[in-house]
Amino acid sequence: MGQHLMKGNEALVHGALLGGATHYFGYPITPASEIAHAAAELFPRCGRHFLQAECEVSSINMLYGAAAAGARVMTGSSGPGLSLMAEGLSYLSGAELPSLVVDVQRAGPGLGYIWPEQADYNFIVHGAGHGSHSGIVLAPNSAQEMCDCAYRAFELAERYRATVFILADAYIGQVMEPVELPHKLLVNPHKDWALYGDAASRGNLHTSIYLKLEELEGHNNHLQEKYRRMEEEIVDYEEVATEDAEYLFVAYGITSRICHSALRELRGRGVRIGMLRPKTLFPFPSRRLAALAGQVKLMVAAELSAGQMVRDVRLAVDGKVEVELYNWMGGRIPTTDEIVERLAKTAAGRKA
Amino acid sequence: MSPEDGNFIDINPQRCKGCAACVVACPNDCIEIGAEINSMGYQYARFAVGRCIACGMCFYTCPEFGAITVYKKPRKGA
Amino acid sequence: MHTIKHHKADSLYTTFERKAPGAEVSHYCPGCGHGTAHNLIAEAIDDLGIQDRTIFCSPVGCSVFAYYYFDVGNIQCAHGRAPAVASAMRRVHEDAVIISYQGDGDLAGIGMSQIVHAANRGENLTIFFINNAIYGMTGGQMAPTTIVGQKTVTTPGGRHAANEGFPIGVAEIIASLHAPVFVERVSLANATKVMKARMAIRKALRNQVEKKGFSFVEILSPCPVNWKMTPVEARRWLENHLEPVFPVGNLRDLAKGPFDPLDRKKPARVSERRIFEILGVNEEEPHSGTVRLKEEQNVKIAGFGGQGVLSAGVLLANCAIAEGLNTTWLPSYGAEMRGGTANAGINISHDSIGSPIVTHPNALIVMNLPSLDAFEDTVRPGGAIYVNSSLAKRPIHRTDITPYYVPASDMAVDLGAIQCAGVILLTVYALVSGAITIETLQKVIPLSIKRKNLLDLNLRAIEAGIAWHRENCR
Repeated sequence: MGQHLMKGNEALVHGALLGGATHYFGYPITPASEIAHAAAELFPRCGRHFLQAECEVSSINMLYGAAAAGARVMTGSSGPGLSLMAEGLSYLSGAELPSLVVDVQRAGPGLGYIWPEQADYNFIVHGAGHGSHSGIVLAPNSAQEMCDCAYRAFELAERYRATVFILADAYIGQVMEPVELPHKLLVNPHKDWALYGDAASRGNLHTSIYLKLEELEGHNNHLQEKYRRMEEEIVDYEEVATEDAEYLFVAYGITSRICHSALRELRGRGVRIGMLRPKTLFPFPSRRLAALAGQVKLMVAAELSAGQMVRDVRLAVDGKVEVELYNWMGGRIPTTDEIVERLAKTAAGRKA
Repeated sequence: MSPEDGNFIDINPQRCKGCAACVVACPNDCIEIGAEINSMGYQYARFAVGRCIACGMCFYTCPEFGAITVYKKPRKGA
Repeated sequence: MHTIKHHKADSLYTTFERKAPGAEVSHYCPGCGHGTAHNLIAEAIDDLGIQDRTIFCSPVGCSVFAYYYFDVGNIQCAHGRAPAVASAMRRVHEDAVIISYQGDGDLAGIGMSQIVHAANRGENLTIFFINNAIYGMTGGQMAPTTIVGQKTVTTPGGRHAANEGFPIGVAEIIASLHAPVFVERVSLANATKVMKARMAIRKALRNQVEKKGFSFVEILSPCPVNWKMTPVEARRWLENHLEPVFPVGNLRDLAKGPFDPLDRKKPARVSERRIFEILGVNEEEPHSGTVRLKEEQNVKIAGFGGQGVLSAGVLLANCAIAEGLNTTWLPSYGAEMRGGTANAGINISHDSIGSPIVTHPNALIVMNLPSLDAFEDTVRPGGAIYVNSSLAKRPIHRTDITPYYVPASDMAVDLGAIQCAGVILLTVYALVSGAITIETLQKVIPLSIKRKNLLDLNLRAIEAGIAWHRENCR
């Protein structure tokens, strides 16, 4: 099979195009710029549309317009851009318009720097912008998964009429790996609710304002019901060596790759460690974690933030097992050895 | 309220808020604010009398939707 | 029989069910100019026969509920963002008639960026800008267009230019741009001016139907309630106080825009087969799959930016794929790139690769002295170090790793192109480590180098590397 060496950011654009993306609107930002570069080159050549917006505020509102018009539309950005998009993201959820938003996380806060971090977790996973709302949050940890997540993003977005986020990081965006491209071109379907500028769609309306309390309350209940349905239907995660695990890494994105290396090393030393890697951060694999809480002695949430995902892990296990936080901030990336030594020490301490 | 042979306008009392934009707009003083009050509590405009030329000035300045309809008299011989 | 000469436009609903069942009046205050503007737009939609094609973008402001009234496709937009929303819809449906209807806070305050950029792109859109010099919906605060001295609830002593600035003439700003085809300011102060507004509105919509480009109509409009006047007084005040600050009249009326929006923005139709070709879906990479690695390879290649360090790494990773192996390539990142050394980490393995980060390489290829200094100590004991001895002119300190001193830059200069040094070192690495074969290297290199003379040079660089290895390694 043909495997192409590609950056995660480029693989994402390939996946999106094969997944039927029709429009790209975005504003450049490191470390997501390769997404815009690849989109600028490939969207027009594939008969799709690319436009560099004047700012992220406009990008996200262009998503709003194009999604309402029935397009399969996407943007790519990083933390500072996502902050600007908060208002539009809330409107997209309120009006239930499907789109794909990619966040290649960089280190913050403020301008921070272009090194990787995973500190946009709370913002993206727990509803970017005002109001009670969420999107589906996919967490790829390889160039292949960047492609695969983007490929299936639009079908997911349309199924739930929700925003799909791909929450990557600077390393997953930059890493080059062999990628096998999907062999089926997905097609943007006709949507009964969209605006096509024709007689059949003339009666359609997209709005997020409700003047009657019962209507707005009902709308909120409807959204929450939708999110609960996601938990039933699309939770996704990868388990590594959990069958006999006494210890469990919980990590996503680049951190899960490093933890995977550490896991191999630790297993070689006889430490019974496994890993649960959430592939969807919303919905979060809470039930599986709750089940594993009865099996393992310690969970280690490893992440590049002050400790954001760890709260969801602790919520999931509800005190049944201790959850320790291994975290790094400001763009620092742990070495495999660092994680191995820390866990080995903990394991030895518990045996004694 | 359909004068036998002149042009006239029909003002729907339930669609009028009595702003009097039409009263000012009419070049021939055909419209006035009446004494009656509609269900919203507004003293609404009404076609008074007279020399309506069906110019539509009242219609175009009116800020409500469908409050004013302008009728043109039959053409001679029609 | 009397004939109906003027009646409610068909593109306005008869009753406003989205407002309340059976509703017959608007939500606007008595004498508000919005209704007049709505009527004029609706009549133009009727007369142009574009009701089915029209998509109306409502703003945030009093006209947020324009969709109560317009029987067209409707979308309500975030505050000020309608021009971005409309620009995107334009690029989805080229034949839709897209109207953005915005107030002064929406367009000239929070949304100034969106309107200027949509105008500057010459989007084939029609913008109706209602300027009533005040914020209506939120209760009478200062707008960007509030005139100097005008009292509002946030300028209770009147707008003071030294503190709040002067009112913004948006039509003039739009007319300062190159792309718009039609810019006009009109007034709803009296019947005659309403009729002029009517003409401008029709023109602005007809332009879009004819795909001429960006049309902008600023409509000076009364807000009796927030101006604290009767509707009749408000129209007089509009004429006497707003019009002198915002002169009515046409600022731009071109027969044709500076470009044809249709030509510029319509993407071509591309077949599925062609898309697969462009994206390389069915492309087969050369594949030999004969190599058995002695151990997983964790390679770091480091040197000056411009020495082809990153691309040598990509070449190595591509060769690994051709060998049927798993691989990752990650560039050095951030500050260390700026200090004169760039580096890339490449992992090659039969298994799936965990961390793509190469912290302790078992093969280090250094193209210059700073890279040798920076990374010598990171090499795993028992590993190998490939030194470009033309530039890194010192022996290594370590005794637990094997050095290969290859004068790669000198050899490359002899070949005629100094940038081939990386390929020479890569060839030596391939022969020593056995991680990739020379056949694979020769097969893969033409895929990344398209220029014939450069390709020849690189193939000769491989030969030079082989010769060096033959002479210096046993």
